Amino acid sequence: MVITVLFWILGVFALVSGALVFRLDSMARVTFALLASFLFVAGEVLLLGLSYLGVVIVLMMTMEMVIMAVFMVMYMMNPAGLMPMAMLHNTRGAAAIAGGLFVALTTGIFLVDWPQRAGRPPAEPTRALGEALMGPQMLTMMTLGLALFATIVATVVLSTHRGRYERFGDDLCADRPDDPIPGGVGR
Amino acid sequence: MTEVPLWSVLVLPAVLAVITAGTIAFDAVLAARATGATGSPSQTAMVPLREVARLLVAQRRTTVAADGVLWRTGVLTVPIAALLAAVVLPLGGVAVADLAVGVVWFNAMEILTWAAVWMAGWGPNSAFSLTGGYRFVAQGLAYELPHMFALITAATAAGTLRVGGIVEAQSGLWFVTWMPVAFVVYLLSAAAMAFWGPFDAPVGGDLAGGAAAELSGVDRLAFLGGRRLLLVVAAAMAVPLFLGGGNGPLLPPWLWTLVKTVAVLAAIVWLARRFPTVRMERFAEFAWVVLIPLTILQALIVALVVL
Repeated sequence: MVITVLFWILGVFALVSGALVFRLDSMARVTFALLASFLFVAGEVLLLGLSYLGVVIVLMMTMEMVIMAVFMVMYMMNPAGLMPMAMLHNTRGAAAIAGGLFVALTTGIFLVDWPQRAGRPPAEPTRALGEALMGPQMLTMMTLGLALFATIVATVVLSTHRGRYERFGDDLCADRPDDPIPGGVGR
Repeated sequence: MTEVPLWSVLVLPAVLAVITAGTIAFDAVLAARATGATGSPSQTAMVPLREVARLLVAQRRTTVAADGVLWRTGVLTVPIAALLAAVVLPLGGVAVADLAVGVVWFNAMEILTWAAVWMAGWGPNSAFSLTGGYRFVAQGLAYELPHMFALITAATAAGTLRVGGIVEAQSGLWFVTWMPVAFVVYLLSAAAMAFWGPFDAPVGGDLAGGAAAELSGVDRLAFLGGRRLLLVVAAAMAVPLFLGGGNGPLLPPWLWTLVKTVAVLAAIVWLARRFPTVRMERFAEFAWVVLIPLTILQALIVALVVL
């Protein structure tokens, strides 16, 4: 009973804060409305008994949204929320797509012949998750990790206007790199 | 999960409050000694209490075009996150909630301060304050990965994410003896997450108080008090992770936990005054180039030993 009530409360809050992302007029508020939505979803995952996944969602989403706030404020059209701005673009198309998708998914929920539950949840879901990731899904995760890391490196290399020639001179034999911001290791 | 006695819910905040007050008093005495101020230590130790009373009755300052919602949320999140992180702390074998994923819970709650400090910096619509908030995000990106590897190292050695399980795994040998790198990195990140000691640039004097620059009255009390509470909780977490929790001869476990916590705290607070404030870019490069490889190596060694 309590769990059902909590489920509905968290679900409504997640939807409301998700909708606020498109109603608020400041990039900072928008970002943290999105974070709130993710945190309510994390609550739903915790209700499912998946404590590790739920807490990791809190952990990852908070980090991600804080970093995203920095970039949103840096790049978006209205950094401080001082000018009127809208998070809505292509309003009609978006409304049609969103409405259509909602109708399709809802009809799907009622039409699908849901299977009966077979088997029972493992005693330790965290261990089961870890064994799945490190066992049968190992290759997937390794490939994924490598691809993500390569993407990060490639993006940084493409976006920086300074390479090793700027840092170490044309013949690459400067003792100390010439950086606009000095770091903490030997410089 | 075993039944948790109800008193632990009441005892935890009380114990944390006492230790936090003691930390503040100790720091005030150290500060007075550093400036060569006259007056007995007991008088100096009372100064923070008077400051608390003053903040409680002081009227709140407002700024032009402040984002009140984010500002207040950020300020309140600091003490709340610290308290939530503290629920997994075992006091002599009894934690308010000895969660199966306790270490991850602690990490997640402590990360909420990233959002909190940024929001507190953003809220008042003030340049100094905003810069302080951004500094904390930069600092977070620097300390977080070594910090996570230090946590993982202790969890790997114990084979569990439950804090109580990690304490049980140290009944023979404390983890600090065979993972000193992880312990030292943990202490560094404890100070960094509470923007304390050499990592206090987010609220640094060069920014007129940084993220706390525009805070006054109860807000200031909640933010700066919460920050000290966070330092206490982070230092207290070092005890179950690396210092054997309540394990020790003669004394009861809860007393050992307190003794060790106070010792770690005293060391952090004293050391903080021995070093100048570290700039973001210096600490970031040091953390990524030196600390991350060291902690990965530490985790590897521990993993090999456990295997």
